[in-house]
Order: sequence, then structure tokens, then C-alpha cells
Amino acid sequence: MPAPALAETETPQAAAPAAIDLREEFETSGVKDVLAELDRDLIGLAPVKRRIRETAALLLVERARRRMGLAHETPTLHMSFTGNPGTGKTTVALRMADLLHRLGYIRKGHLVSVTRDDLVGQYIGHTAPKTKEILKKAMGGVLFIDEAYYLYRPENERDYGQEAIEILLQVMENQRDDLVVILAGYAQRMDRFFESNPGFRSRIAHHIDFPDYSDDELLRIAEQMLDQQNYLFDTKATPAMADYITRRRAQPHFANARSIRNALDRARLRQANRLFESAKGPLDAKALSTISAEDITASRVFALKPGKGASK
Amino acid sequence: MRITQGAFSFLPDLTDDQIRAQVQYCIDNKWAVSLEVTDDPHPRNTYWDMWGHPMFDNPDAAALMMELNACRKLYGDRYIRVVAFDASHGWESVKLSFIVNRPAEEPGYRLERQEAAGRMIRYTTRPYAADKPAGARYG
Repeated sequence: MPAPALAETETPQAAAPAAIDLREEFETSGVKDVLAELDRDLIGLAPVKRRIRETAALLLVERARRRMGLAHETPTLHMSFTGNPGTGKTTVALRMADLLHRLGYIRKGHLVSVTRDDLVGQYIGHTAPKTKEILKKAMGGVLFIDEAYYLYRPENERDYGQEAIEILLQVMENQRDDLVVILAGYAQRMDRFFESNPGFRSRIAHHIDFPDYSDDELLRIAEQMLDQQNYLFDTKATPAMADYITRRRAQPHFANARSIRNALDRARLRQANRLFESAKGPLDAKALSTISAEDITASRVFALKPGKGASK
Repeated sequence: MRITQGAFSFLPDLTDDQIRAQVQYCIDNKWAVSLEVTDDPHPRNTYWDMWGHPMFDNPDAAALMMELNACRKLYGDRYIRVVAFDASHGWESVKLSFIVNRPAEEPGYRLERQEAAGRMIRYTTRPYAADKPAGARYG
């Protein structure tokens, strides 16, 4: 039965414009702000930024085509982010959600970040409702699946992960307008995951690889992190931190920016202890916010080099 | 006879886009939306069967539309309504409910008169559909 428009879902279509100024679109849609923020806030990651810029350009052009009434179809926006831990995948995913929202490709622009545990159930019949619940929550936004390869466990035939994968694939295909899925994980294991699940590979249009940070970039990240928390390095602390980064990288479980954040957290702890024990008189704001070299060199990383057994 | 319960029931049936817009309005007001199903259309039958859980934390109407389509697949021949529940303190009740699916044929109601003591007459309505057992009433 045909119904008159009761609730306005769309504003009446204006006549198709004859020409669209892409530059102006770029500025008014807010894409420019997102990209500028991306450039300013995220250090390094040049290839990632380039890919995002390209994607944004594609989406802008698609949008312009749609406005002019040219043939278009909703581009596949599902992505995979591969890279080592701590290379900014989640952070970029957040920005990506914002970007897609401003371009009007997703309606709400929120990010739902999940891992295998959130999708896969523990007994028969538990997985489907669990996965659907998460998908429903992510609708209108971005579903970010961290360490997505854990969904697929080839060694266990009856693993419930397969069920979650099937539901995911179905929704990724049928409800492309409703949500964007971003898979993330280490490059090698993601490759193997895609090999054994060809359905995923073909449904994902954008594969973005996150490179490791260089030592110099990590130092700048450290400074930025401290700055955000109203701390700063004194003159000797900066070279100490640079030294720390080189040594830390050589050790196992190095997680790029995440290791730096943890190191800074511990440095702040030591700084607090140092102030507590050494301060005699009242302290000014500068003393409270200065991280000095000894707060960093006290780290276990420095002790490990010459001989083992030294604790922090 | 077309039954008229809940909001919008005197209007032509809502299209899916209109349902989506209404549901989004509910969600934007922080009401929890959910679906309910019945095959007993009596106006005093307020307790319909729930379809899934109320959605307290889904920011987009697409989630409800997905459930609605799943529900229609199974119960397309019954009445389905959207219920929007306001959990805020002092309200804690349904703020909006409207029918989003109805059977192809709605046979309507029979009016029954019962002769009581004196010449008193008691009236009651009974849906024709309810003559058949639950589950076999429509289609």
C-alpha cells in the first residue's frame, strides 16, 4: 500500500548541480579538518596517511557523482589494517570513522572495537546471537575487529569462530550501507587469515599497511604524549629517552608507541618517587612536570645490557 | 476490519523508510526500542510476545530494521509492533508503540451479548481470529 510521507527521511532533492567544486566540497564537508588533524596529531605513518587521503578523494568524487545524478554504487568501504602492535591502528580507525561520518557514508560515526571474545560464543547456539548483538551495536558506525585472525582456528574444525565469520560476511555484503568493518592485526597472520577465508579478501576493498615507527618518530611521539599530560623532558632526559628507545627496540615484545606509553608511565612513577623522597621545600609546577634523565635511565632496559640479573 | 492500536494506526501502513525514521527518532530520544509479536489482536491484550531483547545501546535504527526483517520472515502473518521504552527516572514506561506488520486479512470482531439477571445485557468482543488455536490464526 503506498503511503504518503509521514516522516521525512530525505530532504527534497534539489536539482542536480551542473558543476561541483571539489576543492570547496573538500573544505565544507569537514574532510579537510579530519585530514589536517590526522597530519597534525599522528606522527609518522606516511603511507597510511597517503592511503587515507586517496580514499577520502575517492569518496568525495563518488559523492559528487551521486549529487550530479551520475551512475554510482556505494563503494565497498570495508578495510583491513595490518601492522605490528602499537602502530596506531585503533587510533586511525577512530579517525576513519569520523571521516566516513563526515562524508555521509555512515550515519553515526561511532566505533565499536571488539575482539574474538566479543563475537564468538562458548557453546552451541551462543555465537550467532552474540555476533548479531555486536553487529547491531555497530550499525551506523564502524566495527573494528582487533586481531581478527583469531576468529579462524584451522586446528579446530568445530570452532565457533567459523559461525561468526559467516554472519559477519553476510552482513558485510548485504548491509554495506549500514556499517563498515575494519579488520586489524599483524601482517603475516592476517595474510594467512585471508588466504583461508577468501570471502573476506574479496569483500575488503582497502588494505592498509602500518609501518613500524622509526626511533626519531617514537621520540617525537613520546614528547607529544608528555605534552598532552602537561609533562616535559629536561635537556638531559631527551637523549636518555632516545637511548632508551634504541635499547627497548632490541628487546622482545617491543610494541612501538604502546611501549613508549608504558615507559613514560613508569618514568612518571619514578619521578613522583624521586620528588617524594628528595624534595625538602615546596615544589613549583615546573618541578612537578619535569621528567629528568634519571627517571628514564633507572629503567630495567638499561640494566639488562651489560649483564643479566639486574632488576629495575 | 483493520485494527487500530498504538500510534499511526489510522494512517496507511508505514513504509520501511518511515519506520526507520520513527525508530531513529525514538533512539535519538534515548528510548530503548524493541519488537513484539502477537496473533491475538484483542485491544485489551497488552502483553504481546517479545522478539529479542529491548535494544538499549544501539545508536542506529538499522539494528531494529534488521530484527524486523528477521521477525517478518518468521511471523509475517501476525501483528508486529515497535515499542519504545523510556527508562529515565520517573517515566520508566512505554513512550511510543506502533504496528509495523499486520496479517494480510484481518477478520475483525464479533460482538457477543450475554443476557444477565433482570433484562441486563453484557457485551463482549471476541476476535474471529481467536476462534482458531494460537499459532494457526492467520494464513
